Amino acid sequence: MAIWVVADKCTGCGLCAKACPYGAMLVEDKLARLGPRCTQCGACLGACKFEALLSDLTQEPAPDLAGYQGVWVFCEVQQGALARVSLELLGRGAVLAEQLGQTLAAVLLGHQVENLVPELAAQGAGRVYLAQDPGLADYSTLAYTRVLAELVSSHKPSVLLVGATPLGRDLAPRLSRRLDLGLTADCTELAIDPQDGSLLQTRPAFGGNVMATIVTPRARPQMATVRPGVMPLGPRREGAACEVLRQVVALEPGDLLPRLLASQARGQKPADLTAARVIVAGGRGCGGPRGFELLARLAQALGGEVGGTRVAVEEGWLPAPRQIGQTGVSVRPELYIACGISGAIQHRAGCLGARYIVAINRDRRAPIFSVADYALAGDLFKVVPALLAALPGGA
Amino acid sequence: MAREAGSFLGVAVLVKQVPDSAEIKMDPQTGTLLREGVPAVMNPDDRLGLETALLLKDGLDASVTALSMGPPQALDVLSEALAMGADRGVLLSDRNFAGADTWATSYTLGRALERLGQQESLDLVVCGRQASDGDTAQIGPQVAEHLGWPQVTYVERLAVEECELRAWRRLPGLVQEVLCPLPAVVTVLASPVAPRWPLLDRLLMACRSEAPLEVWDAADIAAPAASTGLKGSLTRVVRTFSPKSGRVTSWLEGSAGEQAQALINELRNHKLI
Repeated sequence: MAIWVVADKCTGCGLCAKACPYGAMLVEDKLARLGPRCTQCGACLGACKFEALLSDLTQEPAPDLAGYQGVWVFCEVQQGALARVSLELLGRGAVLAEQLGQTLAAVLLGHQVENLVPELAAQGAGRVYLAQDPGLADYSTLAYTRVLAELVSSHKPSVLLVGATPLGRDLAPRLSRRLDLGLTADCTELAIDPQDGSLLQTRPAFGGNVMATIVTPRARPQMATVRPGVMPLGPRREGAACEVLRQVVALEPGDLLPRLLASQARGQKPADLTAARVIVAGGRGCGGPRGFELLARLAQALGGEVGGTRVAVEEGWLPAPRQIGQTGVSVRPELYIACGISGAIQHRAGCLGARYIVAINRDRRAPIFSVADYALAGDLFKVVPALLAALPGGA
Repeated sequence: MAREAGSFLGVAVLVKQVPDSAEIKMDPQTGTLLREGVPAVMNPDDRLGLETALLLKDGLDASVTALSMGPPQALDVLSEALAMGADRGVLLSDRNFAGADTWATSYTLGRALERLGQQESLDLVVCGRQASDGDTAQIGPQVAEHLGWPQVTYVERLAVEECELRAWRRLPGLVQEVLCPLPAVVTVLASPVAPRWPLLDRLLMACRSEAPLEVWDAADIAAPAASTGLKGSLTRVVRTFSPKSGRVTSWLEGSAGEQAQALINELRNHKLI
């Protein structure tokens, strides 16, 4: 792309130099000339009265995306087993692949992980790209990026989904930059556009104000990360067959970075809210630790876990692993009881997967009520004790 | 270029100005955010990154440059960075940068870091884990890839040893200790001590016209318009909407006791208790 001056038509009037925001247009000897500061922004083009400026800026070549086929799920291995989010993505990926009439493929990187292939097939993968090497036993950013980039470049999938775990959030952006792909983080919905078959990636946007649907019009594969717990598992197909394609791995010492020296368990294993059947969650309306003690008693009586909003974590009322929402964890319990939570989209995005939502809030206009199955307008410090009194084992 | 042991350490910290999430209010009628009048602050994770960098400077011969991209008013976070102890602030501001997705943002920041590296040695880039208004956590790794440097994410503590970086990563339920050669990019989610307060005399210095603050535009970093801002973005927003849950809300009325009993009856009906 370029901008050039037609010397025959240029009068050296200087209008273009005035229009240039960068001082890149120089006028010397009654002739305009583009200096090194030009960013090809095109601001000068409309300024010229003598048709002396030409450009090919609008002729952006439409990339040929037809050769990209297949829905891929990057499958993460945690302590020798498949991460649950990878299985959730296979479940969703199978639906997307069917709509596209394409194959669902799992990408498995590691060392001695071939035993996981039957499980990938049972979760819907019709094909498994398997890359095994001792250097892939532990995750390192550069080695995994290299292998995944080679796989993508040679097989050209149309969609690549990655779980938004710490590993996925380290790997996916690195890969997207290496291959010049777009990347939508933390999608809560994935769908195929019936018109053109593109991947519709939906996530909360603009600071959690609204949901936004995002597409990747001129790069393939279309890359998205999805948080654990957002997508439901697909049906298991026991004993399903799949094709295994082995990737030859040739790592260099410089790929094994950063180098893992030691790994140490710390603190309590964080509560797994994504597996909880019942969650009692609190927000600003809980007022402090005393409110959360009340919620803990309700959670205990219901056999559930306690969670909360970003505000509750920032105020120090709740440990960070229990934060539910776009920045915290996404949960899909049978029962979600929101106490003193106004219900910003940021938070709602993390709990909409619940089967039943109960909301207790003093403000009848709180947005949380719009997503609740059961709405209790009232003071949680009265309603929750009343619930405890009426529950067996709650008094 | 490999850094020589014991020599000067050039550090850049990426900081973003974000709306103060603690001050955001909802419109009770529409359930949307009220953006007017919300104060803009330094992204909390970036403040941790800045403290991490300033701690290195406390113990080493180092300089810390705070780099931000945003509208002219984002100079405020750079002034604050100077007041906390940064040596220099650079704001990337240009109409062409507006509307950038993370690809275009990381390209723009990457070009600016390359320019910084040409001006003085640059050995380490420190970013916050993620920005509180977007939560993508993509910029750190994408900038690292742009520069071709290794990355260490989720860092809670780091030390520079000779020409290497030793870092402790905080992951769910565990801490990893890793070693990485410099130059490198790290993203931090904690700092060993609480971020220091801005010093008043430094803040006054930062507000003076001769303060070490610069504004760079697209031409300064030789970033073609086609690679920055909305034009350079690979992702496009095609639709925004307020989510509808599809749930039918039943209001349980009465005294607290009546509400509680009604709810328990419903939960029993659904075999939830």
